[in-house]
Amino acid sequence: MVSDTTSTAAATATGKAKAIQTRKLNLWYGSFQALFDVDIDVVQGKVTSLIGPSGCGKSTLLRSINRINERLGYVRTTGTIEVMGHNVLDPSVELTQLRRAAGMVFQRPNPLPLSIRDNLLFAYRLDRGGKGSRSDEDEVVEKALKEVLLWDQVKDRLLQKATELSLEEQQKLCIARLLPVKPSVLLMDEPCSALDPEATRAVEDLLWQLRGEYSILIVTHNMAQARRASDECIFMLMGKVVEHSATVEMFVTPKHQETADYLEGRFG
Amino acid sequence: MSDNTVDNTSSGTPAQPPGKPPGKPPGKPPGPPYGGTPKRRREDRLEDRIDAAWIWDRIARATIFLGGISAIVFVLAIFLFIAREGLGFALSELDLGYFFTSPNWRPTNETPQFGALALIAGTASITGLAMLIAVPFALGAAIYIGEFATGKTRETLKVLVELLAATPSVVWGFIGLSIMNPLIIEMFDVPIGLTVLNAGIILGLMAAPIMTTIAEDALKAVPDSYREAAEAMGATRWQIIRQVVIPSAKHGLVAAILLGVGRGFGETMAVLMASGHAINMPTSPFDSARALTATIASELGETANGSEHYRVLFTLGIFLFLVTFVINLLADVLVRKGDKKRS
Ligand SMILES: Nc1ncnc2c1ncn2[C@@H]1O[C@H](COP(=O)(O)OP(=O)(O)OP(=O)(O)O)[C@@H](O)[C@H]1O
Ligand SMILES: [Mg+2]
Repeated sequence: MVSDTTSTAAATATGKAKAIQTRKLNLWYGSFQALFDVDIDVVQGKVTSLIGPSGCGKSTLLRSINRINERLGYVRTTGTIEVMGHNVLDPSVELTQLRRAAGMVFQRPNPLPLSIRDNLLFAYRLDRGGKGSRSDEDEVVEKALKEVLLWDQVKDRLLQKATELSLEEQQKLCIARLLPVKPSVLLMDEPCSALDPEATRAVEDLLWQLRGEYSILIVTHNMAQARRASDECIFMLMGKVVEHSATVEMFVTPKHQETADYLEGRFG
Repeated sequence: MSDNTVDNTSSGTPAQPPGKPPGKPPGKPPGPPYGGTPKRRREDRLEDRIDAAWIWDRIARATIFLGGISAIVFVLAIFLFIAREGLGFALSELDLGYFFTSPNWRPTNETPQFGALALIAGTASITGLAMLIAVPFALGAAIYIGEFATGKTRETLKVLVELLAATPSVVWGFIGLSIMNPLIIEMFDVPIGLTVLNAGIILGLMAAPIMTTIAEDALKAVPDSYREAAEAMGATRWQIIRQVVIPSAKHGLVAAILLGVGRGFGETMAVLMASGHAINMPTSPFDSARALTATIASELGETANGSEHYRVLFTLGIFLFLVTFVINLLADVLVRKGDKKRS
């Protein structure tokens, strides 16, 4: 606890406020331990990518931040997770609020089977406890769609079912629908793995635009993506964090042998 | 293995009848590629067909085809049979106006009267009451089993519901007769307990399990990714169910309800036993009534084959058939309309 406060203080002192900070995070699925003493610091306003071989616990870590993994019912967590300075594992934390503060984008685009408009307003309406006025809602929809550069493509068919959009458009919509409730953090689990290279590029560009206003933690298997679309990089192996450094540094001069091996494709 | 192959080839070549024109260029011996008995080349076998796999395929296809069309054949046959026995009579000799507007069902009078209104009202009121009871129960149970219960609770509940669905209808009738009857008399202080209320409750309890099972299937068919997406946007359990799961499953849920209505309409034995079976226009749940199905079941055995009474009973059958048909059609149209609106 003491070390926590000092490190936070140090971070603020250097002007690098943390959006997400975990300390001694351990997680068990039943009796299987998936995370071991994970300490990460995600700097505000930056894109941090989370890399590592399959099964190393990237999704697990990501899903413990908005506590969506608790829907499984047999997950146990110890340690602390702070989102914008608040410990989200605190029993008094309201899960619905946490999930609006830390929006999540999934591997497969998963728009709800509603219209594009209703998808965009889903979280917004939950948050304000009912429908807003027509003009307010129109404004919200337009703003969110413009933010993800989708407005021109869909502005004439907002009542169309969202599941009929192309995968790229669906994934952008899934990002857009988080924005009206003003999250501070966006958690993305391989958001481009279902997309073709061109769509991947488009979504990456989008992330780069959103960075600054939002702090983004993105899991990726695509090294090229991690390299070109993130500021910092966290490498995980078997449930542990091995290395966390600026992306340029990690790809040019990795500090650990495992990191070097992984980046060169020697395992994973 | 490869030695063998070479052997085969070399021994096969001289065995060719002399004088046969050399069909294949030399140097490319037509030997079997993997040893064993010599086989013809793949491209020469293009027209081969009859082997075990082919025969099984034909048998399976024929069986499946027969199974498939038998359903259609049976439905048609049933309809033709009922129509032959009753349709001509219904259209030419029977006074259909009287049939549908008079509550006087006196088939054994000297001048028999065939007014089915009381029977139709009986069936309608009992089914209606049954649905009022069954729909909330069934949907509630389906949502609980599908969305809330987990592990053992869930499995146990599912087995119990299926067990309930398999209870023979005469058992339900018996419950109506021997348990509900005195209970209603005592609770409401009424002279008889074999009433629309009794039959409606019994029928509702009967229809609820099957509706639950189908409704739960519909809920289960909603992809979990929808729930996860909504939960990750901060929706509560109930909001997820209300705003995501039920709308996605609504076609299946409507189908479940309509199936329950169909079940109520066609149910005979339990209704016969619990309704009082009295020809009567029910004006309150505490009146006895008589259902269409129960009338057919109880009277058909006593009529002379081909008599007027016999044919009127078949007319009732045609009416039931048509109503069920319309209900199904309605369900179909509703579902299609929903599909179109969603896309
Ligand atoms: N629901 C679960 N129940 C039990 N064990 C799980 C569950 N989900 C993940 N695990 C285990 O936890 C470990 C980490 O899984 P996780 O999905 O976090 O890996 P990952 O790094 O995201 O892998 P990938 O790159 O394949 O997505 C794995 O060993 C996995 O088998
Ligand atoms: Mg994963």
